[in-house]
Amino acid sequence: METVAFFYFAAVIVLTAVLVVAFRNPIYSVIALLVMFFHVAGLFVTLHAEFLAAVQIVVYAGAILVLYLFVVMLLNLKQDDSYQRQVGWGIGLGIVGLAEMIYLVLSAQVGNSPAIGTAALQASASPKVAAIVTRGNTEAIGYMLYTKYLFPFEVASLILLVAMIGAILLAKKGVLGMKEP
Amino acid sequence: MVPLSYYMVLSAIVFLTGFVGVLIRRNIIILLLSIELMLNATNINFVAFSHYLNDVSGQVFVFFTLTVAAAEVAVGLAIIIALYRGKATVNVEDLNLMKW
Amino acid sequence: MKYVLIPLLPFAAFLIIGLCGHWIRERAHWIAVTAVFGSLLLSVSAFIDVAQGEPITMTLYSWISSGTFKVDIGFYIDRLTVAMLLLVTIVSGLVHIYMIGYMHGESGYPRFFAYIALFTFSMLMLVMADNFLQLYVFWEAVGLCSYLLIGHWYDRKSANDAATKAFVVNRVGDFGFGLGVMLIFAIFGTLQYQEVFAGAASQAALTLNVGGHWQVGVLTMICLLLYAGAVGKSAQFPLHVWLPDAMEGPTPISALIHAATMVTAGVFMVARLAPLYNLSPAAMDVVAVTGGFTAIFAATIAITQNDIKRVVAYSTVSQLGYMMMACGLGVYTAGMYHLLTHGAFKALLFLGCGSVIIALHHEQDIRRMGGLKDKLPITYWTFVIGSIALAGIPLTSGFFSKDEILIGAWTAGTLGKTLAVVGLMTAFLTAFYSARLVFVAFWGPSRVDPKHAQHIHEPSPTMTVPLMILAALAIITGYVGIPEFLASVLPGPSGPAETHHGSPEAMAIMVIASLAGIGGIAAAYMIYVGSPGLSKRLAAQWPSAYGLSLNKWYMDELYDAWIVKPTTEAADILWRGVDVAVIDAAVNGVARVVTFWSGMLRLLQSGQVQHYALAMALGAVAILGVYVLF
Repeated sequence: METVAFFYFAAVIVLTAVLVVAFRNPIYSVIALLVMFFHVAGLFVTLHAEFLAAVQIVVYAGAILVLYLFVVMLLNLKQDDSYQRQVGWGIGLGIVGLAEMIYLVLSAQVGNSPAIGTAALQASASPKVAAIVTRGNTEAIGYMLYTKYLFPFEVASLILLVAMIGAILLAKKGVLGMKEP
Repeated sequence: MVPLSYYMVLSAIVFLTGFVGVLIRRNIIILLLSIELMLNATNINFVAFSHYLNDVSGQVFVFFTLTVAAAEVAVGLAIIIALYRGKATVNVEDLNLMKW
Repeated sequence: MKYVLIPLLPFAAFLIIGLCGHWIRERAHWIAVTAVFGSLLLSVSAFIDVAQGEPITMTLYSWISSGTFKVDIGFYIDRLTVAMLLLVTIVSGLVHIYMIGYMHGESGYPRFFAYIALFTFSMLMLVMADNFLQLYVFWEAVGLCSYLLIGHWYDRKSANDAATKAFVVNRVGDFGFGLGVMLIFAIFGTLQYQEVFAGAASQAALTLNVGGHWQVGVLTMICLLLYAGAVGKSAQFPLHVWLPDAMEGPTPISALIHAATMVTAGVFMVARLAPLYNLSPAAMDVVAVTGGFTAIFAATIAITQNDIKRVVAYSTVSQLGYMMMACGLGVYTAGMYHLLTHGAFKALLFLGCGSVIIALHHEQDIRRMGGLKDKLPITYWTFVIGSIALAGIPLTSGFFSKDEILIGAWTAGTLGKTLAVVGLMTAFLTAFYSARLVFVAFWGPSRVDPKHAQHIHEPSPTMTVPLMILAALAIITGYVGIPEFLASVLPGPSGPAETHHGSPEAMAIMVIASLAGIGGIAAAYMIYVGSPGLSKRLAAQWPSAYGLSLNKWYMDELYDAWIVKPTTEAADILWRGVDVAVIDAAVNGVARVVTFWSGMLRLLQSGQVQHYALAMALGAVAILGVYVLF
């Protein structure tokens, strides 16, 4: 069952990812990306990351992609959008890089060996981590965020603030010395 | 149980798709979308490892990635709008002032 | 420490005026005059100290210390030094005052005072030096000041040319001087005067192999090399050519630098190094013969020159030759005596010339003067005093010092007797041309440009007072016993120089010299006042002799044809053939290649972000590939 679910999600993710890059119309690309995000969320569920799956849908699909769609439609772009001249180079490099990565994954034998399994890690992990595992996923993440990763969490909030101010300043007319159109 | 390497290969495929997209597309919005693809590829990796190593830290990092992605999108789209206002184009080939 | 202030006061003045000249402007002379009179007072105090006691030696600080090569900045102040100190500060002070009037309203007023303060500093350091390197450095420094001041009116081409000529000609001599200093260090391992003098006797037998088969005494070599510097600085034949041209500078500069102080540095140097020269008879003979020849050579030129300053300039060359001759014959006291009296009356003559020139609105040709006797009484009388002192008329300072030289020469062997005769002839010529100057410029009918004739009047007191003081000095310096004062520090080749004023020979020379002087004046009177036009007839009768003298024995033309032209032509060939064709071409070629390739390479910088991204991706994939494969 788990394997079937994985292959379903993986197939759709790969297909939609390729479509995102391949579609000439940006709106189709965005829609394809939306589909992909949902399937990534599904993949997260199979990996027992339920909280992230929810966040994936709410933030990515709900907020970010809507923003994309909004901009694409706002700019009302022409549809015929050909590829770069270096398309051959790009795809060639992609294939070579993929081959190299797969070779690396296979030669490293990661995850195939049962040694790096749940049991082994649970044995080596600290009692606190072990305790977390017994609780729910959301609680565990919350616990980690507000204890071990408290400082990065605050920095992240600052980044969001800066990004918000930056976005407002950039998009506003007449700011930064830009001429009124 | 699905082996970890499957997730890694999936992640590699998605990442390289985004990578190729950055290289071959002209529309700057699609470039940003491709970057989203690459970020998602890393997210898949993080979550897979988190699951297999049984450590929630990986998921916390996905959380941070999401934050950065959101910030990147906000600023990136703002830049695109500002650019479009100035040059009336989203074609990266036309944005070539920084040369020679 | 007060002795340190003697040179430092003018130096401070130089710094202040030089740096703040823009704001000081016409007030520059207050600083310079104050400084130089401060130096004068301190020099008088030093004079009193030294006259009563021992020479003063002091080391200020260690200048260079590298292995065995140690040079200090120090002072060695003995009777010779204080005499020079007084000469320099007195003449410099008077010239400073004179310049306030002379340079009034000229452009570059503060610059002028800055340079002259620098000159005073350098000259004082030169005479107070206690080692050869300090001597050499300030020897060059006074040359530099001379260059700067000759070229004061730098917008005038002739002034620039004269300045360059002075510098280049001096360079020829200074090259020898530099070699001499190096040789001293090589032989003695030290540059301190006292140590070198002490070690000189033990090195007297040492010889150098010159050019393969001439054995030359090492001391002779040193003395001759150093003398080469003196030949340049003191304008001795054959390097005298720069001094007459140096008259392009302001006249007070001629008075200070090119008559009283800097040009006498060569004579001073020979006298200072008397212990070395005494050990080298050959070098002494060279000095004496060059001096004697220069004396009569320059005198023959002076008698026909028409530019008032040039006459005085050639007279300076001639008198410097006199001093050199005296030093070369071992009568250093006589040479120094003449140096000091000459400093007074020649500065007087130059300042008198300046006064005339200012009164006539920069007219320097004596043929367009005449009749100034009544209009410029102060200038006239002081000029007459200077002239008779120069001519060696009895009871003036020039008479005493010249006699000292002639008597000293007569008693110094066969060469001395020959040179004494030359000196007597020179004395006659000297009297002739100085009298000619007075008669032609001040007597007779006025030939002044009518435009200026109405405005001729005495210059301001700042100019006439120095004239009167110098006129007094031109008489007094003969009576203050300078030879006796100096005799103890300037030994001749055979013990302290003795004078034989009582002997019948000395009396005879004195009488003959006086007669030569009076005869010269009488001849000039006959030719220029008694029968006007006689001079032209004489010139017409011996055109070649007249031409030779008028054209300064064609020395300039000779140098031009033999040295300047070949040099410039060789430089031209090197310029076109080597510099342009090879060096410039190579440099330009390198530049062109770089330009070409950078032009190619810059095309990489396309401005396309994705090109850069592709390059990055290529690199990433390649690195990954390397990791995978190896």
